[in-house]
Amino acid sequence: MQVTLTHYLVLAALLFCIGIYGAVSRKNAIGILMALELVFNAVNLTFVAAGRFRPAPDAVGQLFALFVIAAAAAESVLGLAIILAIYRRRVVVNADEMDLMKH
Amino acid sequence: MEIAVGDPVTLAVLVPLCPLAAFALTWLLARKRPAAAAALSLAAVSVSLALSVILLAGQVQAPAEIRADLPWMPAGHLLIRMGILLNPLSALMIVIVSAVSLLVQVYSLGYMKGDPAFPRFFSYLSLFSFSMLTLVLADNFILLYMAWELVGLCSYLLIGFWYHKPEAARAAKKAFVVTRVGDLGFLVGILVLSLLAGTFDFQEVARFIGAGSVPQGQVTLVVLLLFCGAVGKSGQFPLHVWLPDAMEGPTPVSALIHSATMVAAGVFMVARLYTIFQASADALRVVASLGAFTAAFAALIALAQDDIKRVLAYSTISQLGYMMLALGAGGYGAGLFHLTTHAAFKTLLFLGAGSVIHVLGTNDLRRMGGLGRRMPVTAVAFGVAVLAIAGIFPLSGFWSKDAILEAVRSSGQTAAYAAALGTVFLTALYMSRLFFLAFTGAPRGEQAPHESPAVMTVPMIILAALAIGLGVIGSPLAVRGIEGFLDPASPRPALDIGMLLLSNGLAAAGIMVALAVFGPWRTPASLSRRPSGPFHAVLANKFYIDELYMLVIRGLYFTLTRVIAWFDRHVVDGMVNLVGGASTRGGTLLRRTVGGKVQGYALMVTGGTLAVLVLLLLAGLGVFGQGGGGR
Repeated sequence: MQVTLTHYLVLAALLFCIGIYGAVSRKNAIGILMALELVFNAVNLTFVAAGRFRPAPDAVGQLFALFVIAAAAAESVLGLAIILAIYRRRVVVNADEMDLMKH
Repeated sequence: MEIAVGDPVTLAVLVPLCPLAAFALTWLLARKRPAAAAALSLAAVSVSLALSVILLAGQVQAPAEIRADLPWMPAGHLLIRMGILLNPLSALMIVIVSAVSLLVQVYSLGYMKGDPAFPRFFSYLSLFSFSMLTLVLADNFILLYMAWELVGLCSYLLIGFWYHKPEAARAAKKAFVVTRVGDLGFLVGILVLSLLAGTFDFQEVARFIGAGSVPQGQVTLVVLLLFCGAVGKSGQFPLHVWLPDAMEGPTPVSALIHSATMVAAGVFMVARLYTIFQASADALRVVASLGAFTAAFAALIALAQDDIKRVLAYSTISQLGYMMLALGAGGYGAGLFHLTTHAAFKTLLFLGAGSVIHVLGTNDLRRMGGLGRRMPVTAVAFGVAVLAIAGIFPLSGFWSKDAILEAVRSSGQTAAYAAALGTVFLTALYMSRLFFLAFTGAPRGEQAPHESPAVMTVPMIILAALAIGLGVIGSPLAVRGIEGFLDPASPRPALDIGMLLLSNGLAAAGIMVALAVFGPWRTPASLSRRPSGPFHAVLANKFYIDELYMLVIRGLYFTLTRVIAWFDRHVVDGMVNLVGGASTRGGTLLRRTVGGKVQGYALMVTGGTLAVLVLLLLAGLGVFGQGGGGR
């Protein structure tokens, strides 16, 4: 079976939806961060696949993916640091209970 | 504009600026120093008077139009200038204004002595001198209107000078509001005229009107609108009601502002714009008729007033009516001649009345009597002024009044002529009544009066000399006469013996009647009693004009305000409350969606993005019609 761009895009869409579902439904803040990683990876997959299937294939898609990985790493570090800080103050990791902004 | 010392332009500019400087300096330096405030004010007005006399002398030698001109407010293609125009008329006016200002200020040194607000009083007088001098020198409508409102402001401030007296505060407000009615017409007239002519300059507007490109009906309408301002300012019927109440102010103010200068501004304005007024014969007829009516009407009211200053106030209204009548009947020079002589003898009357009030502490004629023996200088000066205003030969009032009568007679307006002759009789009657009640007979008050200090009597003596002799400028003795000076086309003054006998006969009859009814032989008790009868009641209540106005205001104005108040409370406020209520209720609803749950927000962001994507997709497919194509 020939693997086409469509296959990659469908896979990426599935990953994206699973990630969004996880980010919206997980109670645990760390779980939410992990789900967001899935979303990033869906995007990365799209970049790489799109780069591979251009009329004149080159490394631009992979370059973008590398940037996204770097940004995602930074984002994860920041997210974990915030979760740790909140945990130290309030002993919660449950996203529903993090409602300080409401007040 | 070039400035050169001794240049008439420079002098003319300095005339109003000196009092303005005195006003500013008084507020900056002398607010707590009465002597310094008075010195500043007197020095400034003396300089103004000296410059004015020089300018007038120059005009008498060689009449010329002297103009100073500087741009003031450039607004697009419209340039508003601050120019002055010195011609024989304004040269005469600046001398009258600064001379009366000087005499009244000297008099005020005595009259206002010891008043806690002495510096404030003199600063207002300076401000008034500046405004009035600017008014008479202005060469365009904008500057004229600005000065016009400034003198109104000074009038307001000075009527309400003793603002702790409720009547004074009320009278000040009344003066301001009533003149505002006339000023509105004046402003509309100025704007319409300037829009038609495309300029604010008097001479250019006059040339434009004279060119005859405006329909006659429009000219009449505009001129009558301008005249509204004069009606308000000069206390002509039906806007005369503020002037008698304005007598609540200090008496020097009444003398300066409410008899000699500011109230004459209306007459001056008609004279300054005379070529424009002449373009409409109908409007001039209205001016003459209203003037004649006001002259007789106010003289009738003056017969039955018991307040010495109110008698003089109605007399002022009546005499201003005379001047309007003269202008309306084509007696341009005669009206201004009367303005000049009236400034002298009416100021004198007010200063005399002030002298009496100063020592007695009352305005009430029924509590005076017999003052002649105690206050000889005041009594003699007052008597001279009474004879002058009554028009007795050869005092100044005779010459100007006869010039007016002559002008009215030759204009052929019979009713106005009859009213003018009747007013001669009435004027002599009420002025003699005033004199007999105050200065002759037995004293009816408790006080022991004494003569006023020299600082008050000297200005009265000077004015008495003027009241006697000023008529010479309009008599056959003068080479050219004041009328020829103001209007070269007018004939040389002549003495008409028939007119002399007629007017003096009427005046003498008035004096005789007053002597019979109010003379020294009457007992104090009979003079203190108020006469009864419907005729006297109508006159004493000033023809119920004030009551009529209150009735109209209560009936129409207050009903209207109630309707507007209801509209405001229920419709305007209702709409505001509706907006407020809708916001509150909408906010309560929206609040529920913002629960502080981060994941809820994330879901909404995702859902929103999806919705936009779906919409774009559908648009790209052409679901929303032709225009929805995505590319």
